[in-house]
Amino acid sequence: MASPVPIYNSNPLDTHSSSTSRESLKMDLLADVSLLPGEERVIDKDIIYICPFSGALKGKVFITNYRLYFKSSDADSAVMLNVPLGVICRVEKMGGASSRGENSYGLDITCKDMRNLRFALKQEGHSRRDIFEILFRYAFPVSHGLSLFAYLSQEKYEENGWNIYKPMEEFRRQGLPNDKWRISFINKSYELCDTYPTVLAVPYKATEEDLRKVATFRSRGRIPVLSWIHRENQAVIARCSQPLVGMSGKRNKDDERYLDLVREANGTSKLIIYDARPNVNAVANKATGGGYEGDEYQNAELIFLDIHNIHVMRESLKKLKDIVYPNVEESHWLSSLESTHWLEHIKLVLSGAIQVADKVSSGNSVVVHCSDGWDRTAQLTSLAMLMLDSHYRTLRGFQVLLEKEWISFGHKFASRIGHGDKNHADQDRSPIFVQFIDCVWQMTKQFPTAFEFNERLLLTILDHLYSCRFGTFLYNCESARDQHEVRLKTVSLWSLVNSSNDIYLNPFYTPESGRVLYPVASMRHLELWVSYYIRWNPRIRQQQQSPVEQRYKELLALRDEYLKKLEELELSDSPSSHLAHSSTSNTSLPAPSTPSQQYTHLQTPF
Amino acid sequence: MLSLGSGGGKSAKPSFVSYVTPEEINSEKDTPKEEKHPDLLPGEVVFCSASTVLKLTQDELSQRGTFGTLLCTNFRVSFISDEETGEETAPLFKNKLYGENDIPLSCVDNIYGGYEDKRKLVTGSQVKNKYPSKIIIHCKDLRVFQFALTFCKEEDAKRIFQGIVHHCLEPKSLKNIFAFSFCENTAFPGMLGNVCFTKLVHNMQQRTMMFDSAEDWAQDLKRTKGSCRLVTENANFGLSPNLPQYFIVPESVSEADMTLFQGKGLPIWCWSHHSGCALFKTSNLPLQQEDNVPQSYMEKMLTAVAHNYLYSVKTEDLSDTLPTVQDIQLSYSKFKQFFFIDSTTDFWVSDMKWFSSLDNCGWLDIIRSCLQKAMEVVECLEKENNNVLIMEDGGSDLCCVISSLAQLMLDSYYRTLQGFQSLVQKEWVAGGHNFLDRCNQLHLKDKENVSPVFLLFLECVWQLLQQYGPAFQFSETYLTVLSDSIHVPVFSTFLFNSQHHRASILRADSSHSQRGTLNCPTVWDWSVQFDCKAQQLFINPLYAEKPKLDKSMRRPHRPKHQRQLSLPSATFKTPPKKGFFKDETDSLKKILRVKRISRWMLSPDSPQPSSTSREFYEAWQRKPLDYHGLLLPCLDGPAVRIWMQRYLRWIQEVQIFGGGLVTVLSKVSDLLDEVQELQRQLDRHSSSLTSNHQRPRPRPISAETDSRLSVLLSSSFPFTTLKNNWSYKPAIPTGLLQSLMNSGNLADTEDDDQESLVRA
Repeated sequence: MASPVPIYNSNPLDTHSSSTSRESLKMDLLADVSLLPGEERVIDKDIIYICPFSGALKGKVFITNYRLYFKSSDADSAVMLNVPLGVICRVEKMGGASSRGENSYGLDITCKDMRNLRFALKQEGHSRRDIFEILFRYAFPVSHGLSLFAYLSQEKYEENGWNIYKPMEEFRRQGLPNDKWRISFINKSYELCDTYPTVLAVPYKATEEDLRKVATFRSRGRIPVLSWIHRENQAVIARCSQPLVGMSGKRNKDDERYLDLVREANGTSKLIIYDARPNVNAVANKATGGGYEGDEYQNAELIFLDIHNIHVMRESLKKLKDIVYPNVEESHWLSSLESTHWLEHIKLVLSGAIQVADKVSSGNSVVVHCSDGWDRTAQLTSLAMLMLDSHYRTLRGFQVLLEKEWISFGHKFASRIGHGDKNHADQDRSPIFVQFIDCVWQMTKQFPTAFEFNERLLLTILDHLYSCRFGTFLYNCESARDQHEVRLKTVSLWSLVNSSNDIYLNPFYTPESGRVLYPVASMRHLELWVSYYIRWNPRIRQQQQSPVEQRYKELLALRDEYLKKLEELELSDSPSSHLAHSSTSNTSLPAPSTPSQQYTHLQTPF
Repeated sequence: MLSLGSGGGKSAKPSFVSYVTPEEINSEKDTPKEEKHPDLLPGEVVFCSASTVLKLTQDELSQRGTFGTLLCTNFRVSFISDEETGEETAPLFKNKLYGENDIPLSCVDNIYGGYEDKRKLVTGSQVKNKYPSKIIIHCKDLRVFQFALTFCKEEDAKRIFQGIVHHCLEPKSLKNIFAFSFCENTAFPGMLGNVCFTKLVHNMQQRTMMFDSAEDWAQDLKRTKGSCRLVTENANFGLSPNLPQYFIVPESVSEADMTLFQGKGLPIWCWSHHSGCALFKTSNLPLQQEDNVPQSYMEKMLTAVAHNYLYSVKTEDLSDTLPTVQDIQLSYSKFKQFFFIDSTTDFWVSDMKWFSSLDNCGWLDIIRSCLQKAMEVVECLEKENNNVLIMEDGGSDLCCVISSLAQLMLDSYYRTLQGFQSLVQKEWVAGGHNFLDRCNQLHLKDKENVSPVFLLFLECVWQLLQQYGPAFQFSETYLTVLSDSIHVPVFSTFLFNSQHHRASILRADSSHSQRGTLNCPTVWDWSVQFDCKAQQLFINPLYAEKPKLDKSMRRPHRPKHQRQLSLPSATFKTPPKKGFFKDETDSLKKILRVKRISRWMLSPDSPQPSSTSREFYEAWQRKPLDYHGLLLPCLDGPAVRIWMQRYLRWIQEVQIFGGGLVTVLSKVSDLLDEVQELQRQLDRHSSSLTSNHQRPRPRPISAETDSRLSVLLSSSFPFTTLKNNWSYKPAIPTGLLQSLMNSGNLADTEDDDQESLVRA
């Protein structure tokens, strides 16, 4: 660790940098990678990167315990790859020792972030054996009994991101506890529900015994608990898993009474239960012991939101990748896009969340669940909260929202992403969180002044969803995180973000508290998030900054400059006319047409 | 100065149509008021009217609406609400000629009769005694109106229905177009359009060049440093009525050449590249003759074109590779239907197949192929430094589209507001685009010649604008309003088929009228339609003028640019006579085909761009983007989009309240105002420093711009603004699941009980 390491590293987005000068290329090809603290070099090798855009490129690959780095040696088309190993989904050998044809022998790497990488090596002497094994080992450390990089990293940040979310503080911000809702610590050692957080907000009238009884009737003990409360009308968003109705149509008086307590808390006549699933899927779940709330639930109305399951979403994103990588399907682009159904799923999720937000803002409490209450439920509740509560639209508020609705309530990040796991065909994997971030992006697109953070934050979050550099998205639930001492041994992504937060800020942000944002969930407005899904394609112009943003910042700077000048002039001018006069005569400007000079010369005479 | 339009009547009258001049208000006020009238324009006459007409709200299912009077005049169909709409908040963006409940007659696209549950397209001459219970009007600016006649007197209903049908659908003569009676009764001080912009436009040519004088042509030729010959002999159409009054041809073209085929086959100069090569357009020669005259004539013309600096010529017959005007019309008529939404149910049902519907009508593909073709022209000029001659049968449809697009990409002057207007004048108005026929201003039944070619051009411009916003001085709103103005029958710009046509009509007219030559405004006289404040929305706040100071630094930029892009030119420059014309074949058509660069253009059914033009784009794209330099459109699937503002602005369901790009743009534009105000204060300050004058204290920003922010914007701004009712319900999609694939084995377990549970 001799070289000085910057406090934070650039994110891995900037891969195709073509502006490298010839001079720098003469130096060591790899000199410009700054290793993270704790990152160690494992192997480097001459290799050919088969770039789908620029063709085969000779260069050098360099693998550490954190990343794969490639740089082409051809100065004219300087291509650079900087891929955290966590992004790798699958590594395969391509061709054999006897394969014919140029560049037919090598490695084929499938990534989780919408790209594939192909490398070719010399056929002589099993040249790929070592690199294949190293990649396989370091990309899938969990399968090899090794530590994820987050545990090896020695990064230090000014701010500790683990402090961003404190459940009690967040409840207090919402005005809890109050006379209708209390805080329960019944789950402090994960006895009630091992996938829930330790601190729960429940109806005041429900006893701990009630909670235990309800837990027996809810899948995996995920009982209905308060997630958010409307300050004025006291309507709440509660979340849970499906009731264990089963084929025989079991009832549970405690569960029924408990939901009525949720309704009663703000005195409305009807509780709305949103089941995120399509009706048929909910029915089918009865066969496996699950189901949905029936007529026996008095004063409750059940609405299905028709959002499909994790398998459907996985296949949909796979289809999307097929039409955008490596080349964007050109003929009948829109029809191809439609056939992936990706935006249609986005539409369903958004419109579900709109319904939840609409009900809550009109005073009805709602309960949201799907099957287990950790995928679709998290999408719906967090999006509804984003619409209802402007706090979550701030940079830090958004982090709290993710920590709360996704991380603490047990969205199974480890299973859905497969951190460090070689089993690429695992049926538990699904881009549910990506889909959620896409929904957030659609909202920021429709309301460009309503969010304090910018697109870059969303991209950074998705990059580190896979990178394994931070502990934030590791493991399935809080109990597992406690067990693996994530907070002690790893760094939080929010440490990185909050130590350099100005690059994540939206200059157009106009705080408007109390305003409910209803995005338009119509295909007319939904669009493909090109700068995420198609960002590897060099034909899509990657703008560091949107032109609107750039123009705005330029104008802001200009305004400040002018204001400063005017202020200077004011000061030099105002006290009395002879002072002002003397100041002008002292400086004896050649011409007033050079305001910048004016500014430097016209110092205040005081 | 010009009080015209800034509307003395605006504050006094709570109406949605204001007068053109205050004087006119007084003259019109004398008319007896037994019936409700809109504030009529000069020369406007009411044909018929009916009271207690119910104007229905957008949603067909609800029978709610407003009662009022429906009128038909020689200018518009107009609805005047009985309810006093206290217009305390004057809309920011208001058209002075027609209001939100007015439909200019030429703006009517289709009329449907609603009979109970059915609706029927009204095609004109109807059975005299029947009238529908509802009139549904689809407008060319995509508005939809529904008027229920069930509450009016039978006689009134019959009369208004027949009146509207007659005046909107029956053929009329050019003289009956409203512009003629309007202009006869109005005096236009001429070219008002620029007044509002003078304070915004600091440099470049301040005026729109009309290209109706030799000076304008000479100036443009000089500006682009072209060396061709300006022809002035056609000022009175002595050479040919098919040619513009003034035009520019290659130097070696003789006067005899110009008259030989009435101007057909004559290469007309469009624009010169800094390398010396130039873009020309021509109309195809008639091919019927068996003799060799046309062929040798064409060769002569090509030689003339090539002679310019000994560059080789690339010719392209646009009709070989681009869609025909009929294709364009067919595709657009499918496309526009997606935006005539009758009900919320309709909207959500069509939302399912939105993308594939768009794809199937092919409109975006047509846009893409035009941009692609223009990019190929640009490549020839910019990279290969070839002269380019584009041709088609009339020489005034796709030639106009392609040549003006190429010029927009190459020349940043045309991306300024005045430059753009000059470009339209040069290529379209002087270039002889048949606006009258293409836009069917006369409502002819034979629609063979009707085609939205100019709109197609505006669509392509919009694509460039949305990809490279900061490169354009004008805004998307400007383009939308321009596209609407085609169907406001007041402007001479869109009323004629050519300069000769215009001259002959106006000459004939002036001999009858007492007033002398008619003085119709052009569409560029924006103050006829909008006050200065509204016109500010035409300016794109993202546009930054070319930095002036570093002229010396920018000099080497161009040659460098050229060096990077152009291949060794020797390989491309084939001496004329030898390379280009050597193998003479019997048919002219064949020559042109053989000589046409083979990679030029793909067949219409394969929109894949050729690989070399792909390279051209990619090479350009790798370089840092210069908004004042060459622009090339990205034509990848996601990059070509729907012009949302134009097409979706009236649809309630898609309005994002308090959202949309406009929220950001208005912030930029407010900040821009503030910066400009500060700049003025600084200037004032520095001048007062020297002259020791009393100086007003700097105010932060005028209250006027502050108020703009406080108006909550919707994504359809400025065409609809939120009307005080802040308590809206979100649009919740209905019938979502139908189009999604069934999740396989789980599909069949639905039963009735659960069904009722869902609906409960």
